[in-house]
Order: sequence, then structure tokens, then C-alpha cells
Amino acid sequence: MSAILPPAQRLWWKEPVERIEIVWIVLAFVWCLILTFMMPYWHVFGKQNLSNEAYRTTPQAFAAKAQAVVDKWKVREVGGVPVVRPPAGADIYLVGRLWQWWPAYELKKGESYRLHLSSLDWQHGFSLQPVNINTQVLPGYEMVITITPNEAGEYTIVCNEYCGIGHHNMLGKIFVVD
Amino acid sequence: MAVDRTFRICPQTGLAYHRSAEQLMKAHAVAGVVALLVGGVLALFVALTRWPAVHMLPADRFYQALTAHGIDMLIFWIIFFEIAVLYFTSSTLLRARLASPRVGWAGFALMVIGALITNWAILRGKSSVMMTSYVPMPAEPSFYLGLILFAVGALIGCFIFLATLVIARYERTYEGSIPLVTFGALTACIIAILTIANGAIILIPTWLWSLGYISNIDPLMYRVVWWALGHPSQQINVSAHVAVWYAIAAIVFGAKPMSEKVSRMAFLLYILFLQLASAHHLLVDPGVSAEWKMFNTSYAMYLAVLASMIHGLTVPGSIEVAQRRKGYTKGLFEWLRKAPWGNPVFSGMFISLVVFGFLGGISGVVMGTEQINIIIHNTIYVPGHFHATVATGTTLAFMALTYFLIPTLFRRELIMQGLAKWQPYIFGISMAVLSLFMMGAGTLGVARRHWDMAFAGNPLGFEYPTTAYLMMGLVGIAGVGAVIGGAAYILITVGSILFGRKLPAGEITTQPEPVRAPVSEALEGHGGGVGVLEARGTFALAMLLLVSFVIYYFINWKYLASVWGLS
Repeated sequence: MSAILPPAQRLWWKEPVERIEIVWIVLAFVWCLILTFMMPYWHVFGKQNLSNEAYRTTPQAFAAKAQAVVDKWKVREVGGVPVVRPPAGADIYLVGRLWQWWPAYELKKGESYRLHLSSLDWQHGFSLQPVNINTQVLPGYEMVITITPNEAGEYTIVCNEYCGIGHHNMLGKIFVVD
Repeated sequence: MAVDRTFRICPQTGLAYHRSAEQLMKAHAVAGVVALLVGGVLALFVALTRWPAVHMLPADRFYQALTAHGIDMLIFWIIFFEIAVLYFTSSTLLRARLASPRVGWAGFALMVIGALITNWAILRGKSSVMMTSYVPMPAEPSFYLGLILFAVGALIGCFIFLATLVIARYERTYEGSIPLVTFGALTACIIAILTIANGAIILIPTWLWSLGYISNIDPLMYRVVWWALGHPSQQINVSAHVAVWYAIAAIVFGAKPMSEKVSRMAFLLYILFLQLASAHHLLVDPGVSAEWKMFNTSYAMYLAVLASMIHGLTVPGSIEVAQRRKGYTKGLFEWLRKAPWGNPVFSGMFISLVVFGFLGGISGVVMGTEQINIIIHNTIYVPGHFHATVATGTTLAFMALTYFLIPTLFRRELIMQGLAKWQPYIFGISMAVLSLFMMGAGTLGVARRHWDMAFAGNPLGFEYPTTAYLMMGLVGIAGVGAVIGGAAYILITVGSILFGRKLPAGEITTQPEPVRAPVSEALEGHGGGVGVLEARGTFALAMLLLVSFVIYYFINWKYLASVWGLS
């Protein structure tokens, strides 16, 4: 019963290591290096990376920017929420608040947009379905992600950070057209 | 106050229980099981609510139950039991008297009071903030206060463990180095102290904030520091349950570690690479740079992952070596086939090991990869991962250990041995299935901590694919199975302690023999050097793990490559 007794060899640290253990450690270590390598590799060659771009903001400042975008490019409404059709390459603002993503957007497939995300109150989770793209949205922080939709369709933003009793009803929309 | 120096020598196992330590271990284990009972009842409600066809609780009750379920299971059940494990691995395994048992009782009292206060706060209904209690969503001050008191109590337990090690060395109660299992518990204790320090740094200001003494807690700072508590606390569990795996391998099979050096090194790596997993929670947060994420999730070489992969080989490897010595040498797997599958101590431990490695370990590394996290973060994949690691890995390992402790520590014969034989299978397999389908549903985008995946009544509306509903239904069914398995454990253990046949106490002594490795073992050593130990079967299993790991990892990259361009 030696794992619950002191080591049989007093100088256990001088004992040779079993060959099978060495082989496994080497294999596992190589795999660990590959795991590490894949992250910078994807930053260079992959197309799905979050930017480092983020700013401090306030709920008032961020809400005003979102309002400006709505005033400029609103085309219609869906379920009481304005739908905004921005030009390609535009800076677009998505507000997370209890319990709504605001406004909705209509984007063109294959075009890029600078999506700004922030919360006006508690923490929220931006979860774009059905593609399943997820990021954390914090009050006081404005994150910028350049998004390039690759397929037309209706996308829904679910909130996946628990934000109180209305959390499960917090939805938003992004429409992608050809 | 005279120091209690009486020991009871267990007639079946030969273990020497310090009388004062014995009472404390029992108290902590029982308190842990009570927390497990409460958490388990809540688990049933949570599972039945997330099962779309049943959808049992109303929304407010669901979030309340989920908050309490997380805290009672992940914090109270596990840490109560871990303090018992710390006392067992120091006082009992080293045959040393426990340092200052009275202070130990004070620590225990703090933990009980803290657990009661936090549960009471949640019960009042204004602290349904989930275990993570992310600011600025507020809970009542008592919610944080209970957690702080509990942590102080646990910290006292950690220091008593360390003091007991000092006493053991000073009073020469053992010869040579401390046993591997105690070493593993020592790493768990060190990690626990660091973790509790991080917890204090964030929970005390948050408590003051909830009282109105601090005006603002930055949400990102909260997340950075909270996760230095949140995930390293899981490293306590890993260290503790790996120590339990080694202990059970030694108890059931008389297994020796393949190399003391390798196994101890692997434990040490858990401390050195402690914070890797903290950063896994911040991979899609604003204001955290890619360089920070890449380095802090890996420290450039993932040596904490390496450590778990080493234990994954050496624990079953030591069992294989022991079994082959007994003559089970046919083919690759006779040693495993002829293992005592009807003994819940072994079956619980082995299921814990397999599910922890294959489901928990692989999924954890995959979702802890910077970019892959984008397609997993905060989906129900995440609870899928930790129900494989903590609910199956840690909890089942502790359950298995309990079946050993009931006769030797509680001195009761196990009742309902037929049910006990099946319990690890019912619990372990249900939990594994639950994890698997949670991960499946998460891959399809189903959110965690979410009351209604149908979004009923929302004018915008969204429908998940039918497969997601099917998977959440299976999660519900498996959840019920796991609750049945957990209930069986509580029934058997509590029943045994109350109604089991009393076993003889054994002799009482004030001068137990010091612990030493038997002479025959010292001569025989570890098989005599390089390449002598045969563990081909284990190596084949380890290779299966590695191949599954590689395939699953790259499948996730491929899936990531198909989503919208993000930069």
C-alpha cells in the first residue's frame, strides 16, 4: 500500500523513471506544445479572432452612439425594435440592456462591419445563433469586433450571461441579405 | 488543556485514528453529505426545468434553485469533504495527532454558519445571482458574508493540516518522506490557501459594496480576480481527487506509484500552473488582449494539462502493475477485466478517472483554447464540462472513498450492499451521459443558466433545432438518473451510519508504531528500474485518450473555421 505509506526507497528522487512513463510524458508534452502553438497560428492564418480593440465607455455615451446609428440608417421595425441597414464597413453599435439587444441590423453577406458591443446595466452574453458566436458584454467597456457574415439568413442574438429574471427573454436580431 | 494523544487502531485496516481527529473528520464528512443532499434535491428541480417537455419550476424559482445548487455542490459539499480528506491524509496516514482540534471545531463551526447564512440569503429570494455573482448584479450582503465566513473556516482547516504535518515530522511519527497521497493533499492545501486569498481579495470588497461602503466594483476586475478564485478552486478538487485515486489504488490493489518522482512532479505542476484555467473564463472578454489570453491560458506549454495526463497514465498504470503481479497477465486487459468491478470503492474511482479524463479533460482544454472558446463560451457546453470534471471526477471519487471510510472511520458495516455495488454505475454513467448531451446542446448554441430555450411569448422569437431539444430532453433524463444515483449514495451512507451493524473499535493506544514502508517492499523497490514494470494495457488506454483528444480538438477548429469572419 505504498501510495499511502512513505516511499519504499528513502532516496526516491534518485530512482530511475519507468520507460513507459517517459514515453508518455514526451508524447503528452509534444501535444501540449501543439496546443500552445495553435493559438498564435490561428491569429496569423485563421479568420476568426477577436480583436484587442476595446474602450472604456459609459452607458450614456454608448447609448447615444447607438441612437445616432438608428437615427441615420433605420429602415423598418421588427417586434418593436428598429432595424438598421448600415453601409458596408460602418461602425455599428449594439446595446445590451435588461432585457433586450438594441437595435436590430440588416447586413450584407460578405461585407465587413465594425460591431461595437457594450451593456448599459449588468453583464450580458452576446450569443449569435445559429452560428454560435459568443462574447462577454460588460457595462463600462466597449468591445469592437469586425464581423463578416458569410451566409444570408435571419440570425438571433440570445443573451447567455445570466442577467436576472428576464434573462431568458433577452433577444436581438441580425438579418443578413445577399 | 491536556493534549489528546490517544489513537484507535482500526482492526481491519491497521490505520491509526487520532481520537480528536476522528470526530472532526466525521463531522466534516456528514456536513458535506448534508450539503450534497440539499444540492441534490435542487439538482432534480433544475434538471426537470431544463428538460423542455417538463419545464417544472417558474423562472424565479429556477434561478434561485440553480444558484443554491451550484453553491451547495461546488463549494459546500466538496470543501467540507476536502477538509475531512486533509485531516485523514495528515493525521491518519501519518499516525500523528491532529494539531489543535479545538481550533478545528471553531473552523468547522464557521463553515457551518457560513453555509447556513448563504443558503438562507438565497432562500430569501433576493440573491439569485448564480455562484459567480457577477457585479454589478447585486445580492444581499449576507450572501457574500456567508461565503466569506465559510472560506475563513476552510482556511483554518488548511492551516491545521499544515500544522499536523509539522507535528508529524517533529514527533517522528513516520520515516522518510510523506506518502504520495499526503503529498497530493498538500498540493491541494497550498492551492486552497492561494485560492481563498484570491477569494478574499474580491469577495470582501464586493460585500462592502453590497453594504454601500464602496461605490463601484469594476466588472472586468471582478471577473479577473473572481476567476482566480473560481477555477483554481477546481484545481484543489483535482489535486484532492487524484490523491484519492492513488489512495484507492493503494487500498484496493496494494498498488505502488510507478515512480514517486513522476507522480509528485505532476502534483507540483498543478501549483506552478495554477492560474491557467482562470484565464479560460476571460477569453471573450473586452479589454483583455490576445497576447494576455494566449500566455495566461497556457504559460506557453500547458503543463497543468500535462500533469493530469501523467496521472491519467500512472494511476491506472500502478493498478495494472499490481494486478499483473497477482497473475492477471493475459493480453492487454486481463488486469482490468479481473478488477473488482463489484466493489464500489474501485468502480467509483475508476469511472471517476475515465470520465474525468475523456469527457472533462478533453472538453476543458478544447474550450480553454482562445479562439475555440468563441463557439463555446457560456453555452450549456460549459456545465457539461464541469459535470464531467467535478460531478463525476471529484464527487464520484469522494463517494468511492466514503465506502471505504464507513467501516474503518465510522465503524459501521455498509447496509444495502447490493445497491452500493450499483451506485457508482448509476451515478457515474448518468452523469457522463448528462455531460455529453450538455456539450452536444452547447455546440448547437443552447445557453447555460437559461430558463426557457423556447423564448415563449417573445415577439422576436427564435427556435433552436429539434436536435437541441432532443439533447436537452436527454440531459433531463440523465439528470434524473444522476439524482437517483446520488440519492442511493446518501441513503446507503446515512443509513449505514445510523443503522449499520457496529464494528469493533479496535485497541486504543497512546503510542502508535511510526509509519514506515514494509522492509520487503523496500527491498523489492519499484520493480527494480527502468522498463521492468509492465503497463501495456494502460498505455494503450492512454493512447486512446490522446487520439480522441487530437481528433476532437481539430474537429473544433474546423467548426470554428466555418463561422463568420471575426477580427
